[in-house]
Amino acid sequence: MRLSRSAKVILGVVTAAVFLFIYLPLLLVVVNSFNADRTFGWPPQGFTLEWWGRAFDSTGVREAVVSSLWVAAVSTVISLVLGTLLALALLRYKFFGRDVISLLVILPIALPGIVTGIALNNMFTTILGVSLSMWTVVIAHATFCMVTVFNNVIARLRRMHGGLEEASADLGAGVFTTFRLVTFPQLRSALLAGGLLAFALSFDEIIVTTFTIGAGDTTLPIWILQNLFRPNQAPVVNVVAVVLIVVSIVPIWLAQRLSQDSVGIGGTRVKAAEG
Amino acid sequence: MSLQTKHPVPGTPPAAAAVPRPKAHRFSALLHRSPNLRLAGLVTAPAGWLVLVYIAALAALLITAFWTVDTFTGKVSTEWTTENVVTVLTDPVYQRITLRTLWIAIAVTLIDLVLALPMAFFIAKVASPRWQKLLVVAVLMPLWASYLVKAYAWRNVLADGGLLEWLGAPIGLESPGYGETAVILTLAYIWLPFMILPIYAGFDRVPDSLLEASGDLGAKPLTTMRLVMFPLLVPSIIAGTIFTFSLSLGDYITAQIVGGTTQMLGTVVYANVGAANNLPFAAAVSLVPIAIITLYLFIVRRSGALNSL
Repeated sequence: MRLSRSAKVILGVVTAAVFLFIYLPLLLVVVNSFNADRTFGWPPQGFTLEWWGRAFDSTGVREAVVSSLWVAAVSTVISLVLGTLLALALLRYKFFGRDVISLLVILPIALPGIVTGIALNNMFTTILGVSLSMWTVVIAHATFCMVTVFNNVIARLRRMHGGLEEASADLGAGVFTTFRLVTFPQLRSALLAGGLLAFALSFDEIIVTTFTIGAGDTTLPIWILQNLFRPNQAPVVNVVAVVLIVVSIVPIWLAQRLSQDSVGIGGTRVKAAEG
Repeated sequence: MSLQTKHPVPGTPPAAAAVPRPKAHRFSALLHRSPNLRLAGLVTAPAGWLVLVYIAALAALLITAFWTVDTFTGKVSTEWTTENVVTVLTDPVYQRITLRTLWIAIAVTLIDLVLALPMAFFIAKVASPRWQKLLVVAVLMPLWASYLVKAYAWRNVLADGGLLEWLGAPIGLESPGYGETAVILTLAYIWLPFMILPIYAGFDRVPDSLLEASGDLGAKPLTTMRLVMFPLLVPSIIAGTIFTFSLSLGDYITAQIVGGTTQMLGTVVYANVGAANNLPFAAAVSLVPIAIITLYLFIVRRSGALNSL
């Protein structure tokens, strides 16, 4: 298929336009974090660093960041363990109910977040009588984070050579030794990519979180939601947003570098360009 | 694929088991001999988690939809009634909200599809390898920016005296203001990367040689796209639509931020869990998106899209 030059140019222009559409609102957030006008009219009326100073002094923001990091870290660890076990089971063995389980694992991302949220809320409060806390948030997050790890690991396993593990067993290594010395090193970068995604997914999650979090607790997204409509706090929210965007560049680059074969988002596998 | 360890390992002296070994070794050897035990060890924890946490919760949700709330105590009462479900299905108010939510989800999906197709094609098949890498990162990055912040950015873009009005003024374009259109625009914006990524991956998997062969056999680019590329791409497209459709169908926060008074299924669920304190009714409402998504997954399951998720 040979595309004409003009077709390529048109495609390039469309792509550029969509990128503009993607980045313009984000740029606006950056500009507004320096905007002296609290109503963010356009064009901006004045420049200020006040919001940046207030954001760094805010204990509310700091506490919310810490609890978000904690929730994301614990959920990621749980989902790394469960996702890896499940990927190994589904790819290496044939068993009754295998298809059902492979459908089950994608269900938490295929169903809308609000369904997951209310289902867990209902189970915790009505059925089990457990009071909502940070731990209920962790349980909810681990449930949908498992998919990203699962997808990254199973993609790697599909391309891995089972012969190495057999050789290891033939040479006398036990099941655990083989995993530690042969399987795990091959999975490491896939685990890191999946883990980073799980972490990011959990760190930013708001819909399921609102249904599963305790009354006094806040994660960063909850803090943002609570302060979005307060005229005095909204500019600080912009600052937090800018910091999040900038900080997020690091894990993206890491994930991109470390997984030569797959980068998944919400379980989507994207083959990185071979360059 | 199963490991070959079921076959006896040649050269293993049968006397090996007689040598006393540390506990861990014996356990490892036991696992080595029994694939079923290995499988059980792998599958129990994750499958148990999914079933005990997720499936149990969904089942409980289904049951709760048929319960009611005691009007005096405000507590959930386990008396069976179909009232909630009947109201959701027959009350014109909820019928309208269901249709509106469905329409928003379909519109968002179509907009994202139209934007993502040319872009994903350009990144996968036209851009040079170096650019390809860069552009993929550029698509990924906004995904990491907070969902709330993106919705809020659009609130500012669409505001009175906001960026859109300022940009549109010279060509006589006005901001649609807060409402249904704003919700569609904002959701299409937020979920766009979820459409681009699977479609890009789909394009990337189509071998160039296949396209060249089609061209060599005389097919024009459009014919090649229609007859060679599109059929191979269907699973990826459907995977993308599952994301955008499902994510839009369950949204309520964007509706709060830019929707004005727009009610979606999500807002009804949220209001009934929180302010109205009627969990059974919220459960009944949430059965609607579950039914719609399940139906959609059932229709597309044969296309292989579920493996492209």
